[in-house]
Amino acid sequence: MEHYRGAKPRLPGGRNISGWRDCCFRAFESAGLPHRRIESWHYTDLRALMRERLPLANPPAGEAIEKLNRQLAGPMAAKRRIVLADGYFVPELSSPLPEGVRVRSLAAALAEDRPGLIPLLSCGGLGEEDPVLALNAAMMQSGALIEVGPGVAVNEPIHLVYAAAAPSPVSYFSRSVLTVGNGACVRLAEWGLSPGGPASSPRQANAVLAIDVGEGASLFHSAKAGGAASGSIQLDSLLARIGAGARFETFSFVSGAAALRRQMFIRLEGADSEASIKGVSLLRGREHADVTLRLEHAGARCRSREIFKYIADEQATGVFQGKIRVLPEAQKTDAKMLAKAVLLSESAAMNSKPELEIFADDVVCGHGATSGSLDKDQLFYLQSRGLRFDEAEALLLEAFAADVIDSIGYEEVAKRFRNAVRAWLSARRRTELEAEPATA
Amino acid sequence: MLEVKDVTVSAGDRQILNGLTLTIRDGEVAALMGPNGSGKSTLAYVMSGKPGYIIESGEILLNGENILDDEPDVRAAKGLFLAFQHPVEIPGVAAMTFLKAALNAQRKYRGESELSTPDFMKRMRTAAKSLEIPQEMLKRALNAGFSGGEKKRMDILQMAVLEPSFAILDETDSGLDIDALRIVASGVNALRAPSRGFLIITHYQRLLNYIVPDTVHVMAQGRIVRSGGKELAVELEKSGYRDYTTESAVA
Repeated sequence: MEHYRGAKPRLPGGRNISGWRDCCFRAFESAGLPHRRIESWHYTDLRALMRERLPLANPPAGEAIEKLNRQLAGPMAAKRRIVLADGYFVPELSSPLPEGVRVRSLAAALAEDRPGLIPLLSCGGLGEEDPVLALNAAMMQSGALIEVGPGVAVNEPIHLVYAAAAPSPVSYFSRSVLTVGNGACVRLAEWGLSPGGPASSPRQANAVLAIDVGEGASLFHSAKAGGAASGSIQLDSLLARIGAGARFETFSFVSGAAALRRQMFIRLEGADSEASIKGVSLLRGREHADVTLRLEHAGARCRSREIFKYIADEQATGVFQGKIRVLPEAQKTDAKMLAKAVLLSESAAMNSKPELEIFADDVVCGHGATSGSLDKDQLFYLQSRGLRFDEAEALLLEAFAADVIDSIGYEEVAKRFRNAVRAWLSARRRTELEAEPATA
Repeated sequence: MLEVKDVTVSAGDRQILNGLTLTIRDGEVAALMGPNGSGKSTLAYVMSGKPGYIIESGEILLNGENILDDEPDVRAAKGLFLAFQHPVEIPGVAAMTFLKAALNAQRKYRGESELSTPDFMKRMRTAAKSLEIPQEMLKRALNAGFSGGEKKRMDILQMAVLEPSFAILDETDSGLDIDALRIVASGVNALRAPSRGFLIITHYQRLLNYIVPDTVHVMAQGRIVRSGGKELAVELEKSGYRDYTTESAVA
């Protein structure tokens, strides 16, 4: 509580926003930091993970911005990007956006204190019962408000980059909004940038992206999570409202995440829309990655497909919680959810909790969850043709992740994620080879 | 040459192979027949290195080297090939991609240079054509959704591309109709060579009409109980395995 009161004066916003913050903080306080006995957070005990609260990040200093500028140059130079450094929108690091796309700083919008901003930020109240979301609303420092005008078709992807700036361990709370106008078509790629190596310090990040997809619009969204310094805790929330006749595709790729919770609250509000919600999580060491999805079919004749694949090695833990809720007015819903995990060691673990709540009577819904080790017969078959055990294993693991990645409609995006899987598999093999005792 | 010398193998608490001895020379096509439960498939698996079996005693020499301590991939690189009774489906792995990786892994082990993609494609296309396997099937995931006959033909294709010095065909004829059988048999016959040995494991004599063996061995209760020429197969078809099971019980 003192932390909030102490930070509040620095947080942007007048009476309206401040009132909302207080309200959200009270909601957070009544639940407290989530722990094992809160059902939705059962497998990710934040109270245990977050032993100490890191100090709130300050806006990035000139030196830090310079450094990030150098990092972002080169292959990133030509791309359309919006950069948040420790949660603060940095126009100097961001690039001009395509015609029909606007961005402004959340901090500036909050300072204007218009009450109309609140429903936009809260995405119509999606997930408001969640304490981590409530805390984010209370503490949000900045973020990006991105607006794609109606009918605008953007050919190149827009990148939303979360960069680590401060050299010391900090926490930050950012909230961004993407509004896709009716009939518009856009791609957004979210990913993190950290200096890596000894220069990187842990982060406690609480980032929210609220998305509104208008009628007849189309959004392809990808998020690459993980890669922050060890000891980091990453809390990502995606809120999305989808209008009628729209297409929404989101792909989450998790690797190198020390402790991550990625939660998605998605509502198909209009009829005749399509949603594809997929992800691949690669976990090793003592990593912990929790993907929690709440999908609500509120419009009729919508089709959704959810597929999440996990590969967990060593002592890593994967969590998948997926709940599909079909409201009475959502007749002719077609929803299928699948979570599959491959465990590569005795101590790796996977907790899957698929749920279906169906209140309409003319629907097709299904869910499935499997987890196990690689098929021994497949491994032997590949070996019997000449592949070494580790080569056979890598081939099967690549194939396991491949079908989700192959379903991504944009080949250059799929290629990038395929390469990321291969890189992870190579790194894993290298570590194993190093660990092997030298033969006499 | 493949020499199985007095091999005793158990799995779980059962002894399956009981001091089995068998030799197949280069260029020889040997058939192995016997009733269910005689251990025929176990022999095939033990030769190729499938985990789960305990080698109590004995040796298996491939071209003079004991391979029982070798990993399955090493045995493959040394020239061994097993055509499975039930070829495994590998969804998500294109047949062509896998075969090239396998061939080059073997060549690497042997110290040979990798086969270039054009050379590999040529070798594969030639083999695919003679086995009536359409090109597009090679781009599909290995065995995924293939019929029984298609899977068996894929295995023979692999054999043709990998060029083993010793091939074991484990009940290749099971689940095949006459046409598929003919294609598979002609594929195998095309690979007969003075430097290559074959062990054809089968229940039924019919396959041996198409792949005519030089030698026929009868296996019962984990041992070879009789050996002879190709006429032995015809004899077995007439009289069945009854005599051999009683014989070994007495022994």
